[in-house]
Amino acid sequence: MARPTRLAWWHLLITLVVLVAVAVGAVLLGAIDLGWQRVLAEVWAQLTGGVSPLSEQESAILWQLRMPRVVLAGLVGAALACSGATFQGVFRNPLADPYLLGAAAGAGMVVTIVVVLAPGAGVAFLPAAAFVGALGGVALTWGLGRSAGAGTATLLLAGVAVASFLTAVQTFVQQLNTLTLQQVYGWILGGLSTGGWSQVLSALPYLAVALTVLCTCSGLLDVLTLGDEEASSLGVRPGVVRLIVLGAASLATAAAVSVSGLIGFVGIVVPHVIRLLFGASYRVVVPMSLAGGAIFLILADIVARTALAPAELPIGVVTAFTGAPFFVLVLRRRQS
Amino acid sequence: MNRTMSALFVVAALALTGCATHSEPATGTNTPAAGFPVTVTPTGGKAVTIATRPTHIVSLSPASTEDLFAIGAGQQVTAVDKLSDFPATAPKSDLDAYKPNVEAIAARKPDLVIVYSDTNNLVAGLEQLKLPVLLLKAATSLDDAYGQLALLGKATGHSAEADKLVGDMKSQIADVVAKTAKKPLSYFHELSADGYTVTSKTFVGQVYGLFGLRNVADAAGGAGDYPQLSAEQVVAADPNLIFLADTTCCQQSAATVAARPGWGTLKAVRNGNVVTLDDSVASRWGPRVVDLVKAVAAAVQKAS
Repeated sequence: MARPTRLAWWHLLITLVVLVAVAVGAVLLGAIDLGWQRVLAEVWAQLTGGVSPLSEQESAILWQLRMPRVVLAGLVGAALACSGATFQGVFRNPLADPYLLGAAAGAGMVVTIVVVLAPGAGVAFLPAAAFVGALGGVALTWGLGRSAGAGTATLLLAGVAVASFLTAVQTFVQQLNTLTLQQVYGWILGGLSTGGWSQVLSALPYLAVALTVLCTCSGLLDVLTLGDEEASSLGVRPGVVRLIVLGAASLATAAAVSVSGLIGFVGIVVPHVIRLLFGASYRVVVPMSLAGGAIFLILADIVARTALAPAELPIGVVTAFTGAPFFVLVLRRRQS
Repeated sequence: MNRTMSALFVVAALALTGCATHSEPATGTNTPAAGFPVTVTPTGGKAVTIATRPTHIVSLSPASTEDLFAIGAGQQVTAVDKLSDFPATAPKSDLDAYKPNVEAIAARKPDLVIVYSDTNNLVAGLEQLKLPVLLLKAATSLDDAYGQLALLGKATGHSAEADKLVGDMKSQIADVVAKTAKKPLSYFHELSADGYTVTSKTFVGQVYGLFGLRNVADAAGGAGDYPQLSAEQVVAADPNLIFLADTTCCQQSAATVAARPGWGTLKAVRNGNVVTLDDSVASRWGPRVVDLVKAVAAAVQKAS
């Protein structure tokens, strides 16, 4: 295990600068070309109370559609990457990801059941259903894992079993109701398109709490890597730490899933890249994954919005497409 | 996660709303009603011979179901798929056109099967069982739809009724179109709340074309005939009219459209020109296309 290191201030500074640059770029780019000079003039006009250079529709596109989407991409990316890093730490498994403990399967199943049983309830309830399902899936895994015995390996296996079962239930319910497939798949494919600021605000409180807990507890993950006995001797109760961080990571995942559907790959790729760039200490990896995940998903969303314009690419496709080669690149550079 | 399934779903959904790309002229229509055996050739398909007048028809195509009942062949229909919800008297079954099961279809002992999509090699499977099967793909033009009506008339022994219905539809539509003043209006036809729409090349797009309406999806230059437009593009295009064909499936309404971020600025929303359509009427190439034409005419009349 790597020696715990502290977060270097200039690493943080560079990352934040990149994050801001990527976010600004994302606001300037889109399916509709507003012209970057006019966008900057618009922002200046809003700040100083001047005359807006944009038409009413263009202004709505910028402030009500594009900006919330960029912010949402950043938040979801941060949540998935941060949770991914945490899961990898808790399970000491580099392939662990935010969906591992049945979060995605639970969300998918409950969304499907809600759509089938209450088609009239409509789109408004899907985020809440996803949230409940994700937390329910994790709770079920946790309960099963506890009853089967202690240890992270048991929990991991319980997660696999729970996820398989819940996915099977989801598929079964879907096969019974072909008519509702569209809504379910639209959600499962993931996307950041139509929510606006209300969607950002609905996820923000959960994400703020969960991510704060994860960043605060990241140092304890380093202690856990020493082994449970060693950790106990240092005054850390491994069971309690695991419960808290897994709860927070599950909450972050559920909140992200509820607003964006299922977006894969972020939770695995980003923490690894962060680890290769800045070292393996969780005290560094977890908070840096927060910024890294935001950067990655904002970039992925730019590609999703513009690569096939005027059509949109599902963002999950982009995260897999761009994440894997980038990952390999960093890996090779590191080894040479 | 389930991406193959979702891709399959999109294909199936497009098939339901009609995405065939052929646009050959309709087959001949003036054959006497009674003569069996009869050979018919669907647009872009191969000839099918029907030995005797069918009395056990299974329809896995909601549009064809509507056609059959409208031309008086309803008595000969013994089962329709679970999406064939019109007319109400159609013998609905649990047969599934998305996931067709050859054995379940054969169990109905049909003497004619009508499908709109050859999912899972359905046609080959039915042919192996020596069951006559008509593959009537989604119509791509009004003429295509008329051609399918005439073809079904021939295949079921109702040529006269089918020809009369086609004549009625043509004159009704021509009448409605003639009485509606031409206005230079643009429109957006919504298939789903995530922006799927149609271009002017589609069957439904051509209905709007009758009134000289301009489709905002054409200008956006979508991928294929059923492109997905981003909310940004719709807002930027600022259409005069918005037609919702996702009212039943996805509970969209003028209110939900107005509540979407940014959409409140649109002319169509402000002037009350968000039109809710019946999803089924707006996606089937059956006799009720006349209702669709009337709905569009009313919206054009109202809009200024």
